[in-house]
Amino acid sequence: MEPKYLLGFVGKSVIKAVTLIIGVSIIAFILISASPLDPVQMNVGTTAYINMSPEKKAQLEEYWGVDTPPLERYLNWAEDFIHGDMGMSLKYNRPVAEIIGQKFLNSLALMAVAWVLSGIIGFILGIVAGANRGRWPDKLIKGYALTLASTPTFWLALVILMVFSVWLGWFPFGMTVPIGVNAADVTIFDHLQHLILPAITLSVVGVANIALHTREKMIDIMESDYFLYAMARGEKKWTIIRRHGLRNIMLPALTLQFASISEIFGGSVLVEQVFSYPGLGQAAVTAGLGGDVSLLLGITVVTACFVFAGNLIANILYGVVDPRIRRGQGIG
Amino acid sequence: MSCLDKHHILEIEDLSVSFTQYEKGLRQIELPVISKLHVSVHSGEIVAVVGSSGSGKSLLAHAVLGLLPNNANVRGRIFFNEELLDPEKIKNLRGKEISLVPQSVNYLDPLMKVGPQVRQGHKDQKTIQRQKKLFRHYDLDETTEGLFPFELSGGMARRVLLSSAMMEAPQLIIADEPTPGLHLEMAKKAMEHFRAFADAGNGVLLITHDIELALEVADRIAVFYAGTTVEEAKVDDFDCEETLRHPYTKALWRALPQNGFQALPGNQPYVKDMPQGCPFGPRCEHFTEECRGEIPVKIVRCGTVRCIHGEPGEASHHHHGERGEA
Repeated sequence: MEPKYLLGFVGKSVIKAVTLIIGVSIIAFILISASPLDPVQMNVGTTAYINMSPEKKAQLEEYWGVDTPPLERYLNWAEDFIHGDMGMSLKYNRPVAEIIGQKFLNSLALMAVAWVLSGIIGFILGIVAGANRGRWPDKLIKGYALTLASTPTFWLALVILMVFSVWLGWFPFGMTVPIGVNAADVTIFDHLQHLILPAITLSVVGVANIALHTREKMIDIMESDYFLYAMARGEKKWTIIRRHGLRNIMLPALTLQFASISEIFGGSVLVEQVFSYPGLGQAAVTAGLGGDVSLLLGITVVTACFVFAGNLIANILYGVVDPRIRRGQGIG
Repeated sequence: MSCLDKHHILEIEDLSVSFTQYEKGLRQIELPVISKLHVSVHSGEIVAVVGSSGSGKSLLAHAVLGLLPNNANVRGRIFFNEELLDPEKIKNLRGKEISLVPQSVNYLDPLMKVGPQVRQGHKDQKTIQRQKKLFRHYDLDETTEGLFPFELSGGMARRVLLSSAMMEAPQLIIADEPTPGLHLEMAKKAMEHFRAFADAGNGVLLITHDIELALEVADRIAVFYAGTTVEEAKVDDFDCEETLRHPYTKALWRALPQNGFQALPGNQPYVKDMPQGCPFGPRCEHFTEECRGEIPVKIVRCGTVRCIHGEPGEASHHHHGERGEA
């Protein structure tokens, strides 16, 4: 890549990222402001709220800035955010940055496992289905993928939890660590054991999407002129798939894989909730239900950045892998 | 015996290709795209199959190479070097004895460098040397190997495709519209390589819509109309209208710029409403009731024609049938 082109690319990406963050934070803020939840009531609990004296209520409302106009509240938040201060979480009573950091680590393990697993398994299933189009392996994989793609994630999570954790008792049913065990005694094995079920649920859902997309691409490739020509040159079907298919399917698969980060994130919100897995997704739900504006905005912005980074990586990889982009500049 | 009795590299007899399709739900219909097609290629010959664009000529190439999709039904006989082919034999021949030269660079894997692609992934010295020799032969310089298909110019792409075809020293090349978008002079130049290949005792089946190009480079011309070959004629037969055999060929001849530029009114019939008997019947000035019946192939002056009118000829004897009885 020429330096000038590279500079333009970086500049554009930065502008895109900034506008995205501004847009996402404004929309998230408007949505929370429009929510009928009263943050005071949600956080002290209904009973306490009813028994609370009006003075106490007013004091809390003032402390939580209930009466401050929305625009002013947003600008206050934005100003602090630009200075690196993401604010305090009302719900956890700790700095938002600290909570996100901790929850993010938990989620990262979960999402990374699910992301890698669903990517690899989905890719393989998609190729097998596409290459055997119309025959039984295809029907089997397609049936599986379509069924899963139309299954609500939380329902699947509940079923898996019920079967493997409640009935079979193979896995613990929630959290990242065993209950009642001293933090110092928690081993990596404990962490893994708690990770498996939510990670599997998340991958199983992700596989469907990737497999269906890869299958479509595989079929496109098998109908392409270069596939036909390779056949005409006497190459065997699986040789062609290995030699030309993988190469050509890699590009869309990469884009899809990095774009799927957003879906993994979305899925993790539901899965973490069902498995009481204390990750970013669960924190988002807690923040949303509790009217914890600064935490929710923090999570939203961080998530948006993460997803944006995924798409950006996909774009860059495209340029690195695809010779038409990589070498296309000069020769045209 | 007759002038057609040379060594046949390729002989196609009664080739019919139809596709099974579903119409309005579950009603199955057969779409005949090629019916009872005859064409042969002798050693040393370029035979052009000429037909208008979109008339299913490419399917002929795919049928010979056994590359038709699964919903295609193929009937008829294809002989290669006098040997009847079956799907298993075709598999062993394609890419080795029979090479396809496709239309354009789109038939190359866009993400694979040209050199490895021509070598089909082989890394042994013998293959590499052969590819380098072929590239030199076709005036492609050393750096071409390292280019991706999109980096080739049109002319380079054609020569790369030719090199691919020659990698295994084939006896027959099937060239499917190998010169799209080239004007006649350029196309003739591009065809010089095919001429040289044929002159070495091999055969070329050139599938094209360009009759002027065919007249310039081919030895014989098979005229393709509505899924079948209505006439096979030597190129010299096109010198004047009288030596041509089929009314469609004559109409084609009259449509050439140098012969009056008279276009034939009407269109080729669509596969779904193919007329009974002679497919050219509805547009033919000699049409009679008998044209609705079976139209056999007959041999007239070293060519074949599928028409019941005109000069009397011998009934077409199946070359191989005779040989079998002898």
